[in-house]
Amino acid sequence: MSERVLMKGNEALAEAALRAGCRFFAGYPITPQTEILEYLSWRMDEVGGSYTQAESELAAINMVMGAASGGARALTTSSGPGFSLKQEGISYLCASDLPAVIVNVMRIGSGLGDIAQGQGDYWQMTRGGGHGDYRTIVLAPNSVQENADLTYLAFDLAEKYLHPVLMASDAAIGQMIEAVALPEFREHNIDRYEWSVKGGTMEEDYRRIQNIFYTMGPAYEDFLRAKYDRMEVEEQRWESTAVEDAELVLVAFGISSRVCEEAVEGARAKGLKVGLIRPITLYPFPVKAFEEAKNAKAFMTVEMNLLGQMTDDVRLATGCELPVYHYGSIFSISDTQELIARAEELIKEAKGGEL
Amino acid sequence: MKLKAPDRITFNTSGFCPGCGHGVAGRLIAEVVEEMGLADKLITTVDVACGSLHLTDWHFDTVMAAHGRTLVTAIGLKKVRPDNPVMAYYGDGAGYAIGMAETMHAGLRNDNVIAIVVNNAIYGMTGGQMAPTTLPGQKTTSSPYGKDAARFGKPFRIEDAYSGFDIGYLARGALVGAANINRAKKMIRKAFEKHMDNQGLCYVELLSPCPTNWNLAPLKAKDFLLEEMTQHFPLGEFKGGDTK
Amino acid sequence: MEKNRTDVTRCKGCGYCVAECPKQAISFGEHMNAKGYLTIVVDQEKCIQCGSCYRVCPDNVFEIL
Repeated sequence: MSERVLMKGNEALAEAALRAGCRFFAGYPITPQTEILEYLSWRMDEVGGSYTQAESELAAINMVMGAASGGARALTTSSGPGFSLKQEGISYLCASDLPAVIVNVMRIGSGLGDIAQGQGDYWQMTRGGGHGDYRTIVLAPNSVQENADLTYLAFDLAEKYLHPVLMASDAAIGQMIEAVALPEFREHNIDRYEWSVKGGTMEEDYRRIQNIFYTMGPAYEDFLRAKYDRMEVEEQRWESTAVEDAELVLVAFGISSRVCEEAVEGARAKGLKVGLIRPITLYPFPVKAFEEAKNAKAFMTVEMNLLGQMTDDVRLATGCELPVYHYGSIFSISDTQELIARAEELIKEAKGGEL
Repeated sequence: MKLKAPDRITFNTSGFCPGCGHGVAGRLIAEVVEEMGLADKLITTVDVACGSLHLTDWHFDTVMAAHGRTLVTAIGLKKVRPDNPVMAYYGDGAGYAIGMAETMHAGLRNDNVIAIVVNNAIYGMTGGQMAPTTLPGQKTTSSPYGKDAARFGKPFRIEDAYSGFDIGYLARGALVGAANINRAKKMIRKAFEKHMDNQGLCYVELLSPCPTNWNLAPLKAKDFLLEEMTQHFPLGEFKGGDTK
Repeated sequence: MEKNRTDVTRCKGCGYCVAECPKQAISFGEHMNAKGYLTIVVDQEKCIQCGSCYRVCPDNVFEIL
């Protein structure tokens, strides 16, 4: 690992993508991720790759599909309404069994919303935001270091499964400046895979990258099931803090998880048995993490959304046997002291009024 | 004179309707790339509609793009495979309706790809609805009384839209009649030559009959194309040709 | 002498070749192929191997020898 440098989250993400061998980027300006576009507008040239500011996020995702078809490691990033524009393209990438990395630096709200951090795209990202029967691996960084590390990992996962991989960053992570140790440069061979289009002789079978199901046949069903079964078994990632004896377990990702780490510390100092499960993959949801929470009497998701989008997954992971609360906010990041106070309330309640 | 269609286009049969121009277009492309020694390198992108049937009738690496995004998918592909000839092949519906933004920006940027756009003045695959190229008064399943140009616009002409753009090549040919087909082949050849010379966007629109959706027998469809369509869509070279 | 070899399994009966041939050497015959199309027949005597039929055929039925 190289020495640590101070970098903005968005820029560390962009740099890590290049170091992973990404040599194709297409994007469009939208706050709070425009720094990725701007950084790559000069940096991509330096590594000999292709950078395009496309006419829309829609054009960008389709350029990525072209580049991915050719075997390149391809990236596009967006937020909010721009991310919505990419959903058809993501559906097409899945049906075409193509690797690509798509980053949503989440902002808050539907419609135009606001440019500050949010976590309201959880359902959209984990339940397949476009049409059709698909889901994608979703990686959720909570620091500038993870912005870099998870981007680096995303390209490998995309190729492992021949499937697009999403990253759920957020405005806070994208904008914050922290020390980061950038990963080593890695070369990617565009001809590495037989399936990528490259031209061919009449003697070899030609390559068709297509997404029309009626030509696929029953073997494709098995192929798809195998993909998802493997993802769910092999790719669950999480980080647990003080979970083993915790009576209340917080569940949070991204910027909310940073506040929760502080809240767990503060709660423990007051003698409250609070723990934290931090999903690093939102899909596949880290159900294995919940096996450790043997002492839990309740869970509480801490999310920057009003509808408690992650509570469903916690209920499923815990067999709907325990209460799952939701601490939500949209105009401000959760407050440590408020979280500790709420934790105290819930633990009291769970114990029938006594701590 | 010996004439035999290349294996690249005859190894299988096609699913196109009787009298459809896609069959001729496919053969012309196969002939041009064989003659230029590019057949082993050609990569194509197709749209989701009738043109996608080439997935099973031409022996070239092909990517099926999302509807209307064929051109921009080819642009991304060419950027990572700059040494291959890359051809986007799609129809007037894809190019001038849903994909209009991409069509305009490819022209504005003069992106280095070949665009072959097959114009049958109708939406074929979905059963014959009105397109931006449908002629005024032309009856379609979504303009049963005839297309009203006052409401839906006159037929879209790419040479008008691209008039201020500096692009590598722009031409329109027709896929009926031996003489027209010969001229269309020369246009396709020029597009490939200029593309291999990195001259930017090399764009050939090819008028095609669509007997099924025009509700005309093929020979009558041919008449409609030559007598009516060419009134709105003149044949010839508009940019990058010899007569400039 | 065979001047113009046809593979009418590919023919879809569109008739472009019939109209295009300058010597009226092509006409619809009586044979329906497996796809159900009435197919064409070439009069080898009249054929001058101009190649017009080859050019207009969307299904690559013709080979000019």
